[in-house]
Formats: sequence, C-alpha cells, structure tokens
Amino acid sequence: MRGPDVIWYVGVAGFLFCTGALGVLIRRSPLIVLLSLEIMLNGANLALIAFARHYGQGAGQIFAITVMAVAASEVVVGLGLIVAISRRNLELDVDKLSTLRG
Amino acid sequence: MIVASVSNVLVWAVWVLAAFACVGTGIAVISFTNPFYSALSLIGNLASLAVLYLLLSAEFVAAAQVLVYAGAVMVMFLFVIAYLGGRADAPWAGGPSWQALGAVAASAALFTEVVVVVGLKSSGRLSHSAHIDSTYGTPAEIGRLFLTDQLLAFEITSIVLLIAAVGGVILGSHSRAHPVEGVEQ
Repeated sequence: MRGPDVIWYVGVAGFLFCTGALGVLIRRSPLIVLLSLEIMLNGANLALIAFARHYGQGAGQIFAITVMAVAASEVVVGLGLIVAISRRNLELDVDKLSTLRG
Repeated sequence: MIVASVSNVLVWAVWVLAAFACVGTGIAVISFTNPFYSALSLIGNLASLAVLYLLLSAEFVAAAQVLVYAGAVMVMFLFVIAYLGGRADAPWAGGPSWQALGAVAASAALFTEVVVVVGLKSSGRLSHSAHIDSTYGTPAEIGRLFLTDQLLAFEITSIVLLIAAVGGVILGSHSRAHPVEGVEQ
C-alpha cells in the first residue's frame, strides 16, 4: 500500500469523532448538533473503510454505506423535528426544549 | 524504483492535504456561529473525506459519499437553514462555562483513549495491509457483496429509509385538527 499506513487514517478518524462529540456537547443550536453528529458518523465511516482496506475485505465498505443510509435517515428526522419546533415558535435551543423532561 | 518512490511521496502529499482539510473543516463546523457557514464547512469536510476514501481504494464509497452527502443531505440542510432564516443563528454563550470546559476535557480524554488503545493494541500490526486485487472497492464488487453475503444489511437499510421517509412526512405535515396549545415557550 502506497502512502501512509492505515493507523494514520484511524488517527484522523478518531480526531473527527472527538470533534463531532465536542460539537454535540458544547453547541446549543439543534442544527449545529445535527452537523456535529454527521462529523461523528463520518469519523466512524473513515475508520470502517480504513480497516476494510487493511484486511482487504469489502464488508467494511458495505457497513460504511449502511451507516451513510442511517445518517441520511437521521438527518431527515432531525430536520423535520427542527422545522416542527420552529413552526410552533419555540426557541431553537436544546437546553430550553425540556418539555419532555420527566 | 524512482517512479514508485515518487508516487509514494505524491500519495503522502495528497493524504496530508486531505487530512488537514478534513480536520480544519471539522473544527470550523463546530465553531461558526452562522449555521450556513457550518454547513458549507461540512461540505468541504465531506469532499476531503472522499479523497481519503479514494486513497483507501474505496472508489464506490467515495462516489456515494459525494452524491448522498454533498448532493442530497447538504442541500436539505441548506434549505432548512434558509427556511429558518435569522432564527437559525447560534451565538456562543458568553464566557467559558463549566459545561464547556467539561465537554472539552471529555472529548480530549476520548481522543487520548482512542490514540492510546490503537497505539497499544496495533503495535505494528497495522503497518502491513493486505494485498488487494483490482476489483476491490469497485461498484461490481460492492453490488455482489450487497446481494450475496450482506443481503440482510441491504434489506434492513431499505426498511430504515422507508421508516425515515414516513417519519419525515409525518413530522413535516400540518395537522389542522390538533391546534398547538399548552406548548411552553
């Protein structure tokens, strides 16, 4: 394999995952939380594809495509929720949307 | 020999560029106050990830990444951000709070954990990747896997997409019969 070893890709994937986790934890806008979730899923995808290349098997790529479909579904539902929230004139702030809290 | 080392250097250069673009745009996504800029940075992130996938000889996944994410998902994001207009702005809370400090510490700890575990457990085993033939990562190979070995994943994916489509329609539809009441501001 030319270029960097798989472990470098895994490092980038770990960094992306932690960046996304940081975004989910510190941002309060649901839109940016969704974008951060996308970064986390992409970090996991990069690790899957890197390990698939390492073992020379296609199953990891299949899993990455499945993760992509799940991410698209999650975006559909998340954006639907955001539009529904804004239609009810609620504030777009994940700290203030606490009506469902027990 | 010289050709091999030149192409090796070239692959390294492309990797470094793509990896730095990936990391930089990832940090940009979570730090912009305007979600429009965040979404644009995420498109850059996805594009540089597609370059990394190409370097890992996952051509089909790279193409799907650009089509599905940059093509479809991000357009949806930009539409919703445009629909929300100024309400979508996400200003930073003033000053560092204990919550933000804790979040930074937690994600730094997570990253350290990943690096330490991968570094300890791999111990050089990740440096010799398997030899692959020319069919690896091609659409034909992916399609063959999807319809033979990974058929269950394929079917479950279709059900997940169907459920998401139904959920999106239900969440997005107006219901005049149930007026909004008793909703706390």
